[in-house]
Amino acid sequence: MTSTTHSGIAAPLAPSAAKTSSSAKPPSPEYRAWLAREQRRRHWIVLARAALLLASLALWEYLARAQIVNPMLTSYPSALWPTFLDLLRNGNLAMHTWTTLAATLVGFGLSMLIGTAVAAGLWWSGFAYKVLDPFLVVANAMPKIAFVPIFYLWLGSDYSVYGMAVAIAVFVTIMVVYDGFQSIDPNKIKLAQTLGANRAQVLRLVVLPGSVPTLIAALKMNIGLALVGVIVGEFQSANAGLGFLIVNGSQIFKLNIVMTAIVVLAVLSGLMYLAIARLEAVVAKRYG
Amino acid sequence: MSEVLERPRAGTVSAPVLKPSRIEVRDVSLRYFTHAGETQALERISLDVAAGEFVSLIGQSGCGKSTLLSIIAGILPASSGTVHVDGKPVTGPSPRIGYMLQQDYLYEWRTIVDNAVLGAEIQGLDLRQARERAAHLLHKCGMGDFLHHYPRQLSGGMRQRVALARTLVTNPDVVLLDEPFSALDSQTRLAIADEVVEVLRSEGKSVVLVTHDIGEAIAMTDRVVVLSRRPGRIKSQHLMRFAGHESSRPSPFAVRGLPEFNRYFSTLWDELDVHVEG
Repeated sequence: MTSTTHSGIAAPLAPSAAKTSSSAKPPSPEYRAWLAREQRRRHWIVLARAALLLASLALWEYLARAQIVNPMLTSYPSALWPTFLDLLRNGNLAMHTWTTLAATLVGFGLSMLIGTAVAAGLWWSGFAYKVLDPFLVVANAMPKIAFVPIFYLWLGSDYSVYGMAVAIAVFVTIMVVYDGFQSIDPNKIKLAQTLGANRAQVLRLVVLPGSVPTLIAALKMNIGLALVGVIVGEFQSANAGLGFLIVNGSQIFKLNIVMTAIVVLAVLSGLMYLAIARLEAVVAKRYG
Repeated sequence: MSEVLERPRAGTVSAPVLKPSRIEVRDVSLRYFTHAGETQALERISLDVAAGEFVSLIGQSGCGKSTLLSIIAGILPASSGTVHVDGKPVTGPSPRIGYMLQQDYLYEWRTIVDNAVLGAEIQGLDLRQARERAAHLLHKCGMGDFLHHYPRQLSGGMRQRVALARTLVTNPDVVLLDEPFSALDSQTRLAIADEVVEVLRSEGKSVVLVTHDIGEAIAMTDRVVVLSRRPGRIKSQHLMRFAGHESSRPSPFAVRGLPEFNRYFSTLWDELDVHVEG
């Protein structure tokens, strides 16, 4: 009955809704020039990154080949390739990489799960938070690497790797996720309460979905920390994995193996980070 | 104003006392404690709101008007006194009472229609029916084209319309409005006030509006209740009557053009007893 008056009012009130479809007009030459400049800038950034990588590899190669640094200690890129192929064929490189990746994903998943659950518990009970706060701060500040031998004794060679990954990642996860829960606008919670929500519903309908950006930030941080934990764990106890390969290679003084494992490790962490950055971009669209 | 004829409770305006009370506030006091000391926020407030009646609470900031609204809504317990809605005591948030806050607080991860059915979801109502009702209400508020948009795509006025629909989806008898337009610019406020009043009247709601805007109180409600400074007491009550409009209430925007508007304004201004200090 009143749709005409309403839409009449609604139209000028909708600047942000109109923004998305405002590009119907052909762009001005100035705007096109600006777009082209931005495009060029992006290309230069990608190009400079590639150049920096190639230059570092070239410098490494040159310094080692010219005997300015001892190639026994540093190896060099062109020597890594045959090692890489050899490891792939005869040294089970894929198996080692998979072992490390799987342990990282398990440790990462566990610390996300435990961290979020504990953070939810602390959010639920302000008393528990006050009581536990100093313990969490100390636990987070502890150098967790000190626990490597203990975990080895407690958990054995297989599980101590997971233990390390969780130990390194979980405390900071708890604190980051809890801070995220706390930073939810209290009025959003009040709103749910006016509609009759109990504490569990507030957690499920407001706090958890509202913290998704925080959870993604925690994921991003966590994946790196879990990898650190796994590698450190493998140094001590494992008989497989990239950490094992690194320690083993250095013990038999085969720096080619050590360096190859490190490069694979770099690629692995880069890929995991990219996967989460992609997830973050999808989420940002919703929460932006 | 053709919708005036469709209004189910036209005429309640002039005789609220004869109708049975929908909201009964009896001797409500509130004290609260902090480490700095104790504060008497409200003192022996008694107030009746009839079915279909629109009442506004005005008073200076800190007089406890929003606090009183929270007590009626059941999200804040009174230190003493009682609140009844339709004869039943209010002991906690209730589906009979809808509460609209100063800002929309739409959840950015939900679409407009999903935001609107939040209350139904919390109360465990049939979601399919709730979605239909939400769509109906959103159409009524002029938001029918935006059901599957996300809040960030909407302007402040549009978001507040969605908040109104969200309040009404669970079909409460009583709607509490806590300075619902204070976050909007002044042109939008005027437009939205008309729409909100129209929707609320057509749904036959009883309304309590808290505002610090005297003009808004006169324009939107049938009765204006003035609260004193802290501790908040009811200082006086004023029926808003407009000559020639006894049977039907003009829209808020039209009220601002009537001769009584300025008279009520200066009466209420004197009642508020505003002193600017410094």
